[in-house]
Amino acid sequence: MSSDYIVGIDLGTTNSLVAYMQGDSPVVIPGEDGLNLVPSVVALDENNQIVVGNAARKYLIETPERAVYSVKRLMGRGVDDIQDELKLFPFRLAEDLQAGEVLRIKIGERTYTPPEISALVLRQLKRNAERFFGAPVTQAVITVPAYFNDAQRQATKDAGRIAGLNVLRLVNEPTAASLAYGLDKKKHGIVVVYDLGGGTFDISILKLHDGIFEVIATNGDTHLGGDDIDNLLIAIALDDIRGDLGLEFGNEVRRSGEAVARIRQAVIEAKIALSSQPSAKLDVDLPGGKKYQREISLEVFEQMIQPIIDRTVGPCKQALKDAGLKPEQIDEVVLVGGSTRIPKVRRLVQDLFQRVPHTDLNPDEVVALGAAVQANILGGGSEITKEMLLLDVTPLSLGIEVAGGVTDKIILRNSTIPASATQYYTTQIDGQTNVAIHVLQGERELVRDCRSLARFDLKGVPPMPAGLPRIEVKFLIDANGILRVSAREQRSGKEAEIDVQPTYGLTDEQVENMLLESFDYAEEDFRQRQVIEARREADTILTALAKGKKNPAWPELTSEERRHVETLEKALVAVKDGDDYHAIRGGIDALNQATMRLAELMMDTAVSSALKGKTMDGTDFEEGPQAGHPVAKAEFK
Amino acid sequence: MRAVHFCSSCGKVQPPVPVDYFTFFGFPRKLNLDVAELEKEFYALSRRLHPDVFAQANAEERSWSLEQSSMLNDAYRTLKDPIKRTEYLLRLEGVELEEQSKQATEKARATGELKKQVVPPDLLEEVFELNMHLEELRGQKKMGEDDPALLEEIGKAKLSLEEKYDALLTELKTEWKEWDKSVDGGTANATEEGRRKILAKMLDVLNRRNYVRNLVRDVNEAME
Repeated sequence: MSSDYIVGIDLGTTNSLVAYMQGDSPVVIPGEDGLNLVPSVVALDENNQIVVGNAARKYLIETPERAVYSVKRLMGRGVDDIQDELKLFPFRLAEDLQAGEVLRIKIGERTYTPPEISALVLRQLKRNAERFFGAPVTQAVITVPAYFNDAQRQATKDAGRIAGLNVLRLVNEPTAASLAYGLDKKKHGIVVVYDLGGGTFDISILKLHDGIFEVIATNGDTHLGGDDIDNLLIAIALDDIRGDLGLEFGNEVRRSGEAVARIRQAVIEAKIALSSQPSAKLDVDLPGGKKYQREISLEVFEQMIQPIIDRTVGPCKQALKDAGLKPEQIDEVVLVGGSTRIPKVRRLVQDLFQRVPHTDLNPDEVVALGAAVQANILGGGSEITKEMLLLDVTPLSLGIEVAGGVTDKIILRNSTIPASATQYYTTQIDGQTNVAIHVLQGERELVRDCRSLARFDLKGVPPMPAGLPRIEVKFLIDANGILRVSAREQRSGKEAEIDVQPTYGLTDEQVENMLLESFDYAEEDFRQRQVIEARREADTILTALAKGKKNPAWPELTSEERRHVETLEKALVAVKDGDDYHAIRGGIDALNQATMRLAELMMDTAVSSALKGKTMDGTDFEEGPQAGHPVAKAEFK
Repeated sequence: MRAVHFCSSCGKVQPPVPVDYFTFFGFPRKLNLDVAELEKEFYALSRRLHPDVFAQANAEERSWSLEQSSMLNDAYRTLKDPIKRTEYLLRLEGVELEEQSKQATEKARATGELKKQVVPPDLLEEVFELNMHLEELRGQKKMGEDDPALLEEIGKAKLSLEEKYDALLTELKTEWKEWDKSVDGGTANATEEGRRKILAKMLDVLNRRNYVRNLVRDVNEAME
């Protein structure tokens, strides 16, 4: 059993959390700010430092082109897939992006792939956990939407690796939620988990018995969530503005990243308010001192979001069909995800499954808590988890492209994982040493309607007459829901080498490079931070010195002492705006030393003034770090 | 006889051995199977073979557990379903599921030819009549016409086919009994030749059942 802590991480579209098993129950680990939720927002601040989470949120409005949110929507996807996303989200793509290449997003002047951005969020969570434990954390369980395809899962795993985490398991979010729900072993029966988050929707049907959590069927939509509600409200607001304040101004607002960001914040607040109030007010500052104000009633809101929420019905019905179950046979419905707080969503779920959904669990935290339970199981288990076992399924059918642009399904959706299938191939040409295989995911018949997963090139087939080689190819979907392929030519017994070209993913080499790069950035970022802090310190001491020179104690120094101080003062001013940390540091220390006597004299003057009835106000030590003497070294946190 | 998944003395997971699904579960190669017993075995083996149990084990054990549990899941999935179980047995016994074979389908797709579909003799007349009706229906649809009498006729035919579909499963299960008896020995069928005959009969039932299912699907499509 490992002595390292294994944590459970919910890497969400809107918010992320890290949790672990504390004795008998899972708990969320808070950040330095004491909050459990870390917004999945990454920004570059004024000094080009990476900022993650709550601290990054203000940049969404202040400098929207230097901030990014909801990057989960881009994981494992290519340029062609995200055209819709680009219309609705302020993602800025790198200019030189080619089709088929991994996406690169611009934050300020830097570019990052989605896994790298997610890695920054993961790194923040990792640090929160390490701070909490006072020990390193290198192993984690990370959750993914059940309906995530292979590329999206691989991207999540890559993000973990880039962040320096060994991802022991990817767990499906609804399954994780069921673990938190069913931790009490007495729970058994058929449970439905309805998970509507910021960007993804999952519906899973599970059978719970004797501590076994068995998924029977799962379905969903990886581009459906609270974000879509927000975007709809934003679109309506922009229309309103065009109508009220003119087409030209409306278009100007639409083009302003900052204005749209303000509108977005306002609609989100209104949306949340409408979960408990009959109406909400939008009040947004627009450019040119104008304002947008509108009152939204609950009734109008519910009408607006109806089509979005209705999109969850299809997957629910399909899952029930795949499971061979009717709503009457369901024992419990569990709600997960912030968007399930919307009363209309709850009513829809109640209608669909003909029972009142279970709402005791915090929909924002339950997935992370479940991940912590799974982390505990993987670490060897404890008294409360030792009888628990997760049996999950693959959400999408796996197929191979065959002649005629058709897919041949070799592993069907909702098959319990790990699952495998074996196919036999041969060569068409004498002496052919390579065989190409195109693997897809999806339920449709035609290749073009399915999702290309990867192209496998089997190399090293011993040259033989055409048709003679018998190449056994084994497709294995592991417990993470990720595909592995191995191949063997049976006549010679030779293992074929497999070259994988992931369609929307990073190669192992690329991930390795990012790992090093993120360390390089960390190093560079750290050095930059040092310089900035030294600069601040230099400013403090120089300002204090300027005041000191006006103090009656100044003339009490010898002219030589004064000349010495001023020389050092000029020297520090010369270096402080440069990038040489050591030079600035040296300058500060030298000036500190040289002004010791001045400080003492100023203190004596102050004390004697006080004794004479004057207050300390005259000396004005300036707000900020309290120093022993006015030009002493300041304490920075 | 059951495959050895664990060492008898130390209980550690063993490297996977390529065995058939029946042996994997320790079941005889019979078609009548206690599904409840199968399920119990499945859960018991899952608890011990699942990769989650080996998360902290060495790389070799993790690899074995991955292979063993994928075999376990594949085996369970196959044996649980009566039709998949039958098809699997046929494959084990070296019988090729002809018209339904992937090669035939692929060849047909590649050349654009129609796949050879042998009409089950007892359905010949019914199929002929039904196909005529469907042609008529398609023609009418193109013209935007609607003939309730025709629809009723086709509806009746579909019902009859669905009944046949169910009846074929019953017929299959009768063959199961014969097969199981032959495995036990002591009957006239317990010879190589006898067993081949039973297998052939089962194959025939499966083919006819598939044919009927495809036909029902055609009807549903035409009626949309």
